[in-house]
Amino acid sequence: MMTLKELASREVLLSAGHTLCPGCSIPAILKLVLRATQYSLVISNTTGCLQKGTTHFPRSSWKLNWIHTAVGNAPATMSGITAVYRSLKKQGKLPVQKELKFLVIGGDRATYDSGFQSLSGALSRREDFVYLCYDNQMCADTGGQSSSATPIGASTTTTPAGEVLPGKLLSRKNICAVIAAHNVPYVAQSAPWIWKDLYRKAEKAFEVSGPAYLNVLSPCPNKWKIHTSKTIELAKLAADTCVWPIYEIKDGTDVTVNYKPRKKLPVTQWLKSQARFNHLLAQENKWIVDKIQEEVDKEWDLLLSLENKNQKKMRDN
Amino acid sequence: MRVMKVMDGNSAAAEAVKQVNPDVVVVHPITPATPIVEKIAAFVANGQMDTEIVDVESGYSAVSGCIGASAAGGRVFTASAAQGLVSMHEILYITASLRLPIVAGLVNRALAAPENIHTDHSDAMAERSCGWMQFFCENPQEAYDNLIQAYKVAEHMEVRTPAMVGMDAFLTSHSRENLYIEDAGEVDEFVGKFKPAFSLLDSENPVTVGSYASMDYYFEHKVNQLQGMEKARKVIKEVGREFGDRFGRYYGYFEAYKMDNANYAVVLMGSAAGTAKETVDQLRNQGEKVGLLKLRVFRPFPYQDLKETLSDLDAVAVLDRSFNPGTPGGPLCNEIKAALYEVPQKPLVFPYIYGLGGRDIKVNDFVEIFREIKEKSGKDEFIPGIKCIGLRE
Amino acid sequence: MSLKKWNELVPGGIILEAGNSVKNFTGMFRKGEKPEFNETTCINCFFCWVFCPDNAIIVENEKIKGINYDYCKGCGICVNECPVKNEQKPLVMVKEINEL
Repeated sequence: MMTLKELASREVLLSAGHTLCPGCSIPAILKLVLRATQYSLVISNTTGCLQKGTTHFPRSSWKLNWIHTAVGNAPATMSGITAVYRSLKKQGKLPVQKELKFLVIGGDRATYDSGFQSLSGALSRREDFVYLCYDNQMCADTGGQSSSATPIGASTTTTPAGEVLPGKLLSRKNICAVIAAHNVPYVAQSAPWIWKDLYRKAEKAFEVSGPAYLNVLSPCPNKWKIHTSKTIELAKLAADTCVWPIYEIKDGTDVTVNYKPRKKLPVTQWLKSQARFNHLLAQENKWIVDKIQEEVDKEWDLLLSLENKNQKKMRDN
Repeated sequence: MRVMKVMDGNSAAAEAVKQVNPDVVVVHPITPATPIVEKIAAFVANGQMDTEIVDVESGYSAVSGCIGASAAGGRVFTASAAQGLVSMHEILYITASLRLPIVAGLVNRALAAPENIHTDHSDAMAERSCGWMQFFCENPQEAYDNLIQAYKVAEHMEVRTPAMVGMDAFLTSHSRENLYIEDAGEVDEFVGKFKPAFSLLDSENPVTVGSYASMDYYFEHKVNQLQGMEKARKVIKEVGREFGDRFGRYYGYFEAYKMDNANYAVVLMGSAAGTAKETVDQLRNQGEKVGLLKLRVFRPFPYQDLKETLSDLDAVAVLDRSFNPGTPGGPLCNEIKAALYEVPQKPLVFPYIYGLGGRDIKVNDFVEIFREIKEKSGKDEFIPGIKCIGLRE
Repeated sequence: MSLKKWNELVPGGIILEAGNSVKNFTGMFRKGEKPEFNETTCINCFFCWVFCPDNAIIVENEKIKGINYDYCKGCGICVNECPVKNEQKPLVMVKEINEL
């Protein structure tokens, strides 16, 4: 069983000195994910916060092989890498005789939107890689615009809350459901606060044969307009309000909910905690708050019922 | 053993790829380049190639897969045309900037809108600034020969620049001609083994590829990148000579057909050269001093050699088979003019646009072109404007 | 640090020195506040270590030893996540006056 002390004794794979914002939750996520396998990793990274913050020429924070090309093609780039790996392995010509694991990392814009075609293609090809999405619910790198991961009601620079419009009017895409529909071996949603769960899921993702997908909430202090010290705390609040449930899906349909809050808090707690939602507290926007609560409850109930169905199936077998 | 076969351009390209034997071929269909990858898939299915095939969801993903494969230390191939090629646009720049020696087969086809699947060089011209080397073929023999040479040039340690080898849609890709297919062992020896500059699979020497560079470094990166294309000038000639020494067919930047003592010439690229050569033969028999310059290498553009070959002519008709709004000549014409700029008694350059969307060009059209440039270049102060051949007006 | 000329760059802009961002002392990001560590009340839960975005929590012999101010950006996550409810918290934010 992994302990943080033991994890701290392992090699640093993402060096200090990167220019990610103070309080950014991405490095904590990577601290867990990168060390969740004993094998050397090869990383294909999309354009975004992580890429810019960690590879500002001539400096790189990556102590692993790492490539970035564009925002919409990291999974396709990885397909080429894994194909050469298979080819050179067959020919006995690998540069280093070691097994490698492959990790694609993208923000929510690159995953839900620009790179979705590429991701879907790579999943359909059953490429053997782990896809990690650090989800800050918007296009943070470019200044905080709306993406299809942005929840309804959020004020972003392209869906600003103003005199007439109350922020984004469309709900976010349920990416895990879409990925699960590709029938991949393992899909999981997690967050940095529940580090044990995130580590375990990353471990599992690297172990499965074929593609695995990790959707990890990554609160952004800069664009969510929260204090830099609150990012991890807010990730937990997301789970306690069931806005960001912690669960996993095996083989497309077997759902397990890994965290059930002792007391499920109302979404208003979540909305009050960040300036991007503050306009929703006005009376005329109550309908959006109700809609958000309705959507959160619907997703939560669905997850619980799928879990029950799964447990019943296991008991009956 | 060398054999003579009858094949279309796509099959010839697939043969070349089979003999070069890349580690990975990334596949996506686009008419009329699809048969190249279909034939390669058949070779693999029948055990004639042990390449890994990656079947991707778009042209954009195809070249992205090529980047990953090349950066992982593998030799790689893909094929595309028109919409497929231009949809790769941003990635083509990135491939060249990362100095990855990818080779792509390109079947030159018109760009939408309207949609058209026939010969046109607009796709290659749209990508002339992306940093890739560009070769143009007249026939299936050249498609085969140029693909083999492209690997040797692209993978040269001082070049390390990707290359696209273009052949005309249907006119070359689907038209069967005689050609020589060389011995596989000889081709293998000629091209040699791929020696990557780095590999993402080398866990003992991790590298960061594709960083962010700010105002303090971007300029230097781009000028550094130019070196690959500049070194290619010499290497293309060397490889063309070596190819000739080994296989008997010599290649340079262009073919100068009956250019000795010519006063007038047509400059063009691609399969129309066949018709142009036929015309030159006929006119020469009538005593006309005409010639054809068929350009093989568009990038790097061989300014110096073209200047030397064309500067003593009275007039040159430059035929562009691409659509370029807002400019007084097509890209080939404008670059020829640039090449001749310093020549004090330069030939008059006549810009023509022809063959868009597969519109045929005939011997009579070339006869008319030669007649026109001879007549009009005799007039003082005549400045040729752009003219369309074969357009209904 | 002098900037390289165009012909001194590795072709393709490849960065060969893995992890050389350690040469960036991001401690300069701090804006007037920094965490201070008191070993006596630390329970070595390592929460500060795992959540720190900048590898700025120093660990020696399986114990938290202090803060690496060369890289600490002063975000305050370590202080916020420290579970010790003791009055003398192992991690507190203090004002910092930058010497010019």
